[in-house]
Amino acid sequence: MTTDTATESETMADALHGVSPDTARQLLNDMLLYRRFEEKAEEAYAIGKIGGFCHLHIGQEGVAAGCIAPLRDSDYAISAYREHTQAIAKGIEPKHVMAELFGRVDGCSGGKGGSMHLFDIEKRFMGGHGIVGGQVPLASGIAFSIRYRELDELVICFMGDAAVNQGGFHEAMNMSAVWDLPAIYVVENNAYGMGTAFTRVSRNPIDEKALSYGIPATVVNGQDVLETYATFTQLAAKVRAGEGPQFVDVRTYRFKGHSMSDPVSGTYRSKEEVDDRVEHQDPIAILRDTLFEADELDQATLEEYDAEAKEAAQAAFDFADAAELPEPDALYRDVYAELNPNGRLFFDGLDRPDFAR
Amino acid sequence: MAVMTYRDALNEALREEMQRDGDVFLMGEEVAEYDGAYKVSKGLLNAFGDRRVVDSPISELGFAGLGVGAAMTGLRPVIEFMTFNFSILALDQVINSAAKMHYMTNGQIGCPIVFRGPTGAALQLSAQHSQACETYYVHAPGVKLVTPGTPADAKGLLKASIRDDDPVAFMEGELLYNLKGEVPDDDDFVIPLGVADVKKEGDDVTIITHGKMVNVAMQAAQKMEKDDGVMAEVVDLRTLRPLDVDAVLASVKKTNRAVYLEEGWSYVGIGAQIVSLVQEEAFDWLDAPILRVTQADVPMPYAKNLENLAKPNAKRVIDACHRVMYR
Ligand SMILES: Cc1ncc(C[n+]2csc(CCOP(=O)(O)OP(=O)(O)O)c2C)c(N)n1
Ligand SMILES: [Mg+2]
Repeated sequence: MTTDTATESETMADALHGVSPDTARQLLNDMLLYRRFEEKAEEAYAIGKIGGFCHLHIGQEGVAAGCIAPLRDSDYAISAYREHTQAIAKGIEPKHVMAELFGRVDGCSGGKGGSMHLFDIEKRFMGGHGIVGGQVPLASGIAFSIRYRELDELVICFMGDAAVNQGGFHEAMNMSAVWDLPAIYVVENNAYGMGTAFTRVSRNPIDEKALSYGIPATVVNGQDVLETYATFTQLAAKVRAGEGPQFVDVRTYRFKGHSMSDPVSGTYRSKEEVDDRVEHQDPIAILRDTLFEADELDQATLEEYDAEAKEAAQAAFDFADAAELPEPDALYRDVYAELNPNGRLFFDGLDRPDFAR
Repeated sequence: MAVMTYRDALNEALREEMQRDGDVFLMGEEVAEYDGAYKVSKGLLNAFGDRRVVDSPISELGFAGLGVGAAMTGLRPVIEFMTFNFSILALDQVINSAAKMHYMTNGQIGCPIVFRGPTGAALQLSAQHSQACETYYVHAPGVKLVTPGTPADAKGLLKASIRDDDPVAFMEGELLYNLKGEVPDDDDFVIPLGVADVKKEGDDVTIITHGKMVNVAMQAAQKMEKDDGVMAEVVDLRTLRPLDVDAVLASVKKTNRAVYLEEGWSYVGIGAQIVSLVQEEAFDWLDAPILRVTQADVPMPYAKNLENLAKPNAKRVIDACHRVMYR
């Protein structure tokens, strides 16, 4: 009897990767919110409420939930342009993210940044960067600053698989290793950079790139959010213990096109491949089924979670839709942090507000 | 004359030059299998194979430099930047290698390379994706800069750029790719670099411009003609280095008033150079100071209303024309 129970709970703990059922349910909740949020953004884009580029994270939600949930509020996160859900995971309210996508003054970047440039210094979400790989040296700089001040913090840096072919990535990896910087570099390896399969532009696998700089590298199944969560919990502890940077190759998959205007499949990946991944590798479905099997979730609870997620996404939409556009004066505000009393800073010959004379 | 889009005109130019010269190859992100991020290279992989149409990793500094090295040994690379915003990563190889190669080797080694792609803003792409990059390139002696604003110019100038023996930055526009226009049927239609084009004749005021803004200048000129009979002359520089100074001076000497219209920032912008030239060489012909219409002196904001405020438009051009005419 006793042995049986022990085995059973061990198996369960194993299926949950040692993550507590409460945490697991919370992760499910989080991912549902991210999914519904992104679907709402998709809808808003289709009716012209969102402009420019809009890169959805659908299919990759586990990389927001599983990587960020183990961190503290005082830790920093920085990412590329596919960052809506990571911004939410780091604590920015969905409505302030949606308002930014709408280009409204209540957006987390005042409407000036848009989908690719979400920022919130209080939540320590450091962007939102549009130049592939551009955020990687910045992350090393944030980590340098943490080490410089001897703080018990770290930075998590997300990038796409295509970013590892940028020179800046390699320079930043090397410096982080040499100076033992408190950073976790995460490659969201969805196997493609736009229409280019990673295997077409790299001879060696991603983790080897970090290993060659002396940074420990881990490969994780990002569609299994529990495995992801458990791994990042351990890695964060190591970084906090002063062991230097960590690198993670998180295997994931983008269910939608590169951005809203790009095709979901085409010459670079087949419809069958996408359909297969959507059917078998959905991080939300995988966690749901794990929890069902472990008897830690029932259908009614799941539906309740999903209803809440849909409500939150709709509330974000409504908030954003009702929010004001930025004031015209905002055009010239914050170009500089300091407006010097002497000399001229602006040269366009246009009518400018007094502060930008 | 065939009517075609700016995109197809570029595609034809690439195709013809690749057919003509086996040393011409195209390299860049998504140029081959994906047919180009903006479909400029559509069908070229099929036509020429992956030896000559090469998908690169996202390594702008690397493949720009690789192109320079290939050019140093006699190939004629066409390096596509998905947009010129990303070429900022590659500027070291453009400015420190390509621009200086012929000079510092005492003419022993040339660099016949074309760097091409869209420059400037599209719609709501925000600060890092909406930059007019002309000044960065034109500032360095050794680089030529070409900025076609119509399908015909796109075709004729790209062919000339590929044949040119120097590094040429060839700047297109995302919002131009669908623009339709007449392109001569001539199967060897080449427009020499350094020749401006008067897109509309007039004798009241000169609007000098380049690239995508040619179309905004034309809108403004047509509206002024219709609304108050003002005849503006639109001078499209087409290439910024070499610069057709004579064409600029001839028009200013005719109208005695000028406005420079450009998409990018004003400070040390292209217009600043033109103003300097005109006051040095045609001061006595000017009846008013030259005005410039440019982007607001800020990084491009995302919000639609702010973006509209930041971008130059026909109304601003008309206002500037009225001011130089003291109307
Ligand atoms: C330096 C630079 N080059 C090109 C681009 C255009 N671009 C935007 S995203 C992208 C693909 C990036 O793929 P990956 O890093 O794998 O991220 P994913 O989109 O898969 O999340 C490209 C080529 C860019 N933004 N920056
Ligand atoms: Mg990718």
